[in-house]
Amino acid sequence: MEKKNWPLWEIFIRSRQGLSHRHVGSLHAADAEMAVENARDVYTRRQEGASIWVVPASAITASSPDEKSVLFDPADDKVYRHPTFYDLPDEIKHM
Amino acid sequence: MDLLQRFEAYIASDKKIEPKDWMPDAYRKTLIRQISQHAHSEIVGMLPEGDWISRAPSLKRKAILMAKVQDEAGHGLYLYSACETLGVQRDDTIADLHSGKAKYSSIFNYPTLNWADIGAVGWLVDGAAIMNQVPLCKCSYGPYARAMVRVCKEESFHQRQGFQIMMTMAGGTEEQKEMAQDALNRWWWPSLMMFGPPDDDSPNSAQSMAWNIKRFTNDELRQKFVDLTVPQAELLGLTVPDPDLKWNEETGHYEIGEIDWSEFKRVISGDGPCNKERIETRRKAWDDGAWVREAAVAHSQKQADRRASTDTAAA
Repeated sequence: MEKKNWPLWEIFIRSRQGLSHRHVGSLHAADAEMAVENARDVYTRRQEGASIWVVPASAITASSPDEKSVLFDPADDKVYRHPTFYDLPDEIKHM
Repeated sequence: MDLLQRFEAYIASDKKIEPKDWMPDAYRKTLIRQISQHAHSEIVGMLPEGDWISRAPSLKRKAILMAKVQDEAGHGLYLYSACETLGVQRDDTIADLHSGKAKYSSIFNYPTLNWADIGAVGWLVDGAAIMNQVPLCKCSYGPYARAMVRVCKEESFHQRQGFQIMMTMAGGTEEQKEMAQDALNRWWWPSLMMFGPPDDDSPNSAQSMAWNIKRFTNDELRQKFVDLTVPQAELLGLTVPDPDLKWNEETGHYEIGEIDWSEFKRVISGDGPCNKERIETRRKAWDDGAWVREAAVAHSQKQADRRASTDTAAA
């Protein structure tokens, strides 16, 4: 049975031990194993990778651009979350 | 190269260990214990400060304190997630806190009696926590190190806001200054105990150092904290409650008096001023939240059923 559209996979690469996996792009593959193999070929040809994660794109729920202000504007007026909000005497070098 | 050799080579060359890498059981166990206790400390640590949100002296102080307590909740969650990468379940970890099997930082078993304590907690307790956490950003386990980078970045306002409360009170009326001094008196020694037992009585330290989980010994970190904090107390015009405290010109360090380790052992083994209350509060929050967790699962099930029946209808 031919499957017309292979599922889309989102690819995350860890460039070296100690760093987190970062999204690099996506590709189509019939299953997860093939997605890992293809990701190796598509995204790590120049030693970019130490580890690969593949995630079915359909498993990702994204926020909508319309929600941007609802989600993120409330942080705008909370300057007290930043250390620069607090004036310290000059004598204090590290805090 | 066998698995243990590879692990040891990674540690020797200061490379990170990641969740899928092979690691010795003892390394995994040590990390699970340390990271879960760290997570519990963040969560239980919300309680003494949370007590003062409704009684903050101004709207500004209240907003700041809320932001700080929110951060602590977030830090607990980053850490629980890091712990789960080692193969434990979140619910089991939390059950261990509630049963008393898992410990948390002994400092949170002391009460916050008045507003000056909120200043002292931010200045001293967060100051000590930062001193502990900065080296953990370089620890050998990747997910823990990355969680710590985030925590330290967010934490940088916590100590400042506490110091600013202390500055305001120390520069205020005679009564306010007395409150600030009283808070320093009560929080100084427990803050020094946060770094853990002295090096000659800290059996796990050597192994943790060898695994690059710990980068400095308890006593080294405690010394750094004292050296940084004593001049800050002087700047506030407050007196550190240690008659034996003195500056050693030769070593370039402060020398402190004897720490009462029997108090530390008493508090960590359950007999501090607030141990019972803290755990009861956590358990109650968990039990009272049961219906919310059940409702969320029921809702998601309902949504899934609804989607399934729409799909069937469409097909």
